[in-house]
This record gives sequence, structure tokens and C-alpha cells, in this order.
Amino acid sequence: MKFRGNLRQYEVIGRKVPKDKSEVVPLYKMKIFAPDDIVAKSRFWYFIKKMKKVKRSNGEIINVRELYEKRPLKIKNFGVWLRYDSRSGTHNMYKEYRDLTTSGAVTSCYREMGARHRARAHNITILRVAEVKPADCRRPHVLQFRDSHIRFPLPHRVVGNWNRPRFTTKRPRTLYK
Amino acid sequence: MVFELYVEIGRVALIKCGPNKGKICAIIDVIDQNRALVEGPSIKDGVIGVPRQSMRFKHLQLLPYTIKICHTTRTKKLTAAWEKSEISKKWMESAISKKLIASERRKGLNDFDRFKLMKAKQKRQRMIRMCMGPMPKK
Repeated sequence: MKFRGNLRQYEVIGRKVPKDKSEVVPLYKMKIFAPDDIVAKSRFWYFIKKMKKVKRSNGEIINVRELYEKRPLKIKNFGVWLRYDSRSGTHNMYKEYRDLTTSGAVTSCYREMGARHRARAHNITILRVAEVKPADCRRPHVLQFRDSHIRFPLPHRVVGNWNRPRFTTKRPRTLYK
Repeated sequence: MVFELYVEIGRVALIKCGPNKGKICAIIDVIDQNRALVEGPSIKDGVIGVPRQSMRFKHLQLLPYTIKICHTTRTKKLTAAWEKSEISKKWMESAISKKLIASERRKGLNDFDRFKLMKAKQKRQRMIRMCMGPMPKK
């Protein structure tokens, strides 16, 4: 399963199919990060099967709806608690991201886990995502942006010039004062 | 080497990529090392401004103008500060803006326009050479 593009957050509600009309069956709700609703449903069954005695064949999904960010233009610090399988064992991790949306932060998390730990998407379980107040942030790469008068230059700018020649006698211009 | 153009709250930048290419905006806040939250009011009538969004620094060219705003200011206050500093006017009068307009014009020329341009250039060069001709060579 490929977690391509930007992930979205879904709320999936499902239950075991009741044997008859009188049987009361509990509903299970999960928040899933997936590229689309089809993968969301698939992951729902994957997790529910591990936790409860219900499978796709004897269950039904009541509702799938996409959860949208309440304030998509507010910069937030997200704490992501995850569990992943490395080559030698399974570990828990806590990572922090600065982003506008929860799904943006989780997308960054998957990309970072792939880059830093070679963890594939199917090996990663997002346990919890929560907005963290600036005072409670722990990671230095997030703490450094906790500054209302932030100010920095852009040194050594590598500008993407798609028309640059393959061979040239001129060094590229990287200083934009 | 001292830098003059800093990424800071209120820095005005030109957008180089994407659907808002060619428009200018102000940096309202910094998301992380690669991205800023930007917004730009409309400069010309009929041209929509830049709606509040995240933008990569790689897609921005910092300009030598700043406005005085607090981080994550509301649109109204941003527009007021923008107008107070007369950024639109300064930008329209700047050399970069004029060059951009000229290059846009040049891209939009049709074959006849290019022919006319060639003839105009030839005429101009001839006039210059006529003046240079009788000048004594050093």
C-alpha cells in the first residue's frame, strides 16, 4: 500500500453485522490517515481486526467521512506519537512538526520516517496526533521557530533554473542580498 | 558579508512559481525552515491579491520592502499597513516590476510584432552608427 501524495484524515465508523434485529452491536470509530477513503477503510479493518473480534467479512462500515482542519491558516505545533517496525524490532517514537494541518504534519512524518529510518508506510502506526502548545514543545527544530520576532536571511540560495545549460563557464549566483 | 534581505514578519516578497506567479505578498509568519505564511492584497484593479497560504521560500524572491505588522495579523490590518507603507506604489515604480512587465510583453508578441521590433531595432542601430561613424577613433 502506497501512501502517495498528501494524506487526509478520515473518521471511519464500523461494526460487526448483527445476527438479527434485536442484537445490539457496539460501534467502533477510528481516526485514520490515508491518501483516500478506500485506503482509509482498508486500514480501519486492519486495525479493528487486531483489536476486536470483527473482520471485513462479518462487519460493515457505517460511515466514512473526511475530517477537515478547523483552522487551516493557523500555524500549529503537532506532536506525533507513532510505532514502527525497524529491521530488528518494533519501537515507539515521538516526533514534532510545525504545520498548518494535522494531515500535513502526518504526511511529513511518513516522509521523514521513510527518509531517516527507511520505515515503509505499512510498518508505521500513528498512535496519536495532537496539537502541542509552544511551551510544551520538546524538539529543537520546532523550538527554534518559537519566536514572534523571527528573522533570518536566506544564505546560499540555490535557485532552480531549469533553462541553465549543461556546460557553462559561469558559476551560479547564490548570493541574493 | 552582511545580508540586507531577511525573512521577517512583514517582509514583502515576489512570488516566482505557481498560480500566483508575478504577484507580491507579505510574509506574515514563518512555518518552518522551508515555508512561510504569506498574504498579499490586490495591487491593481481586476487582479486578485494573494490569498493567505503557505509558500515555500524557494518560490519567493525577497524584496527590499517591509511593512510593520505583528505575526499572523488579520487581513484588514495587513492591508492597512500595506497601504500606509505604499508598497503597491513602490513596487510599480521599481525596476524589477518594470522588467517583469516588459518581459511579459515580449513573450506575448506575435510574428508581426516581432518583425516590427526587428525593424525598430535596426533603425535605432543605424541612427547610433551614423553618429559614431564620423567620430574620431581613439
